[in-house]
Amino acid sequence: MTETDSFFETPAPAGYKGIWSWLITMDHKRIALMYLFVILFWFFGALILGLLIRTELMSVGKTIMGAQTYNAMFTLHGVIMIFLFIIPAIPAIFGNFLLPIQIGADDVFFPKLNLLSWYLYILGSIFAISSLFFGGPPDTGWTFYVPFSVSTNTNVSATLMAAFILGMSSMLTGLNFITTIHRMRVKGMRWLQIPLFTWSLYATAWVQLLATPILSITLLLVVFERMFAIGLFDASKGGDPLLYQHLFWMYSHPAVYIMILPGMGVISEIIPVFSRKSIFGYKAIVASSMAIAIAGSLVWAHHMFTSGMSDVAVFVFSLLTFLVAIPSAVKVFSWISTMYKGSIQMTPPLLFSLGFIYLFSVGGLTGLVLGAAGTNIHVHDTHFVVAHFHFVMFGGTGFAFFAALHFWWPKIFGRMYDFKRAYVAATMITIGFIFHYMPMFILGIMGHPRRYYDYMPRFETGNMLAGIGGYILITGIALMFVNLFLSFKNKRDALADPWGGTTLEWSVPSPPPLHNFVSPPEIKDYPYDFSDVVKKFKPGNIT
Amino acid sequence: MNGITNPLKNVDQAFIYIIGFSLVLLMFITALMIVFVFKYRRSKHPEPSDIRGNWLLETAWTIIPTVIALSMFYIGWSAYIGLRDVPPGAIEIDVFAQQFSWIVVYPNDKEIENEIVVPQGKPVKINLTSEDVLHSLFIPAFRVKVDAVKGLTSYVWFYPDKKGEYMFHCTEYCGIAHSEMNGVLRVIPENDYEQWLEEEE
Ligand code: HEM
Ligand SMILES: [Cu+2]
Ligand SMILES: [Cu+2]
Repeated sequence: MTETDSFFETPAPAGYKGIWSWLITMDHKRIALMYLFVILFWFFGALILGLLIRTELMSVGKTIMGAQTYNAMFTLHGVIMIFLFIIPAIPAIFGNFLLPIQIGADDVFFPKLNLLSWYLYILGSIFAISSLFFGGPPDTGWTFYVPFSVSTNTNVSATLMAAFILGMSSMLTGLNFITTIHRMRVKGMRWLQIPLFTWSLYATAWVQLLATPILSITLLLVVFERMFAIGLFDASKGGDPLLYQHLFWMYSHPAVYIMILPGMGVISEIIPVFSRKSIFGYKAIVASSMAIAIAGSLVWAHHMFTSGMSDVAVFVFSLLTFLVAIPSAVKVFSWISTMYKGSIQMTPPLLFSLGFIYLFSVGGLTGLVLGAAGTNIHVHDTHFVVAHFHFVMFGGTGFAFFAALHFWWPKIFGRMYDFKRAYVAATMITIGFIFHYMPMFILGIMGHPRRYYDYMPRFETGNMLAGIGGYILITGIALMFVNLFLSFKNKRDALADPWGGTTLEWSVPSPPPLHNFVSPPEIKDYPYDFSDVVKKFKPGNIT
Repeated sequence: MNGITNPLKNVDQAFIYIIGFSLVLLMFITALMIVFVFKYRRSKHPEPSDIRGNWLLETAWTIIPTVIALSMFYIGWSAYIGLRDVPPGAIEIDVFAQQFSWIVVYPNDKEIENEIVVPQGKPVKINLTSEDVLHSLFIPAFRVKVDAVKGLTSYVWFYPDKKGEYMFHCTEYCGIAHSEMNGVLRVIPENDYEQWLEEEE
């Protein structure tokens, strides 16, 4: 073994082989890959559930399942997508792998805690699975609203415990990242020399750390209510029936920023690299990440405009919601201006990123319809909302995740994938996506409520169309992963810097060695200075 | 007619205003993106320029969207006020939501299920509560919706200025038959309504 052997060849702790070199590892890169493995497993599971509920909706009346099964399926689809995929995906996989490298560090600050977080994730998913087999799968929707979640006979407690444990896992990852960024930056890297992906993880980590405890307590309160019926949320026993919703969204709205900020960080890395030009407005992007993290924590009750809370609260939360939209808009403008007068090379990660910008913009702009009080009332809890959050979470974070996979795949595995198939897949995913979710905006405005097993015949055409889009979408996703996995047949010959990047991960071999840096990294004054890259690569020549 | 403006007009205008602005912005962003990708592709534009930001531009694109956003907020809020301010003289009807039906009670204690009958041309206020879990009353044709919460009374009002039959739905998930919790709102001429109200079931 030499210093430059990749981390695949160098187990840490040393001397273990096979599965053990993974299960007790404390190397951040191996932990990242273990996350990749389990998170993809859940992602595929939840995709299948999504396709099944979509299939059920394709025609009026019973299509393939009964109402109870439908209710359980959208609950599981939502719970898995949120707690087991979208929240951990980018931070736990790409954050773990890249954050230490981007700041020139050897590992995260607490490697053991990092491994513990992975085991908590596994424990949480075991609880989630077990709810399927004992006492009937939960049927509350991922929001667990009381009093239904207290009175239903299905096994909601197991799912609540799952979310509780997954919250712990996410919190500890956040804690680890914050500490790592504060304490382990290589000498000479000041705050405004930190790459934007790491910055976005930093902002995210604070939200994870501060908001998750609220969710944990809230979920425990529901478990408590189910066991002892003390009446915290029951007006007839002196409780407050709206308290649960406030507590739930006090976490879950900030959680949407836990989901989207890392995705924005990914895009902020990819656009400059393929434009071979500095990000436009580095400081504004950093500031907007922090602004989103702070202001995003103050808008939770925009999910409750119809709940019966006071009109004053509606006024305040609607106003704040519009202000929170600004930093996201600033980011979109910055990404587009980054391309202005760049030298743009089309690649699969860039194509996914452009898809991100378009779909995320649709998601964000339709969010304005939901943020305005008068229009919110009509579309709240209809398929308009379902379309909106899929645009943000899937078109946003999901596409950023796909972009990240294609961007860092050669770095992580040392192998390049086939571009042509990747383009076909990306195109299918985007077209399928638009066909799947656009009709849902119209259905929502027409009045199709969400979480509806069955519906009025006049909604059928829209649902049918959406179904066809859903199938194209899933086929595209399957093709994309097949293409990525096929790269394992290729030689491990990816360059250290196949794209012409400026951040530190591109200065180490692909895949990186165990200790990341063979020699101490060189820090640029400005992390997105492309002048050396421009010199190194001859014009018109890719690699 | 008797000086009442139908609040749904303002709601629809808010929809048009927000969606219209959004479409313009979306097309602008998308067009720029596509133009840049083609115009500055590496084969045509091998030498990137080194622009790192522009103070003036960045300030402008923070302030202008803020102004637009505030105008959207204002229009949305005014539409909302319309949905909340009940005009004097509204007919009051009590609705009790339960798993899985709507019990509708009139001032003279007449009681019907899954059907709301109202006279044409009179504002109607519905007082809503729940007997069990959360439900939500949604009447798409009038752009109104409010949750039914046990232990709280909430309300919606609307102005049925045209005769006809409209659907209403439950939009807060409430269990296995949530999607069957629908009903019909019938708007009938005032004379027929008076007569209907006095009829025994
Ligand atoms: C990154 C990907 C995705 C995420 C994060 C996601 C997340 C969610 C969430 C949180 C819900 C709400 C569940 C609830 O109401 O409790 C939901 C509902 C839904 N999802 Fe997805 N989803 C994703 C992909 C998909 C796909 C690929 C499909 C179909 C092909 C799909 C179809 C649906 C449908 C039809 C509903 C609405 C169910 C209803 O309200 O009746 N989703 N999704
Ligand atoms: Cu929110
Ligand atoms: Cu319901």
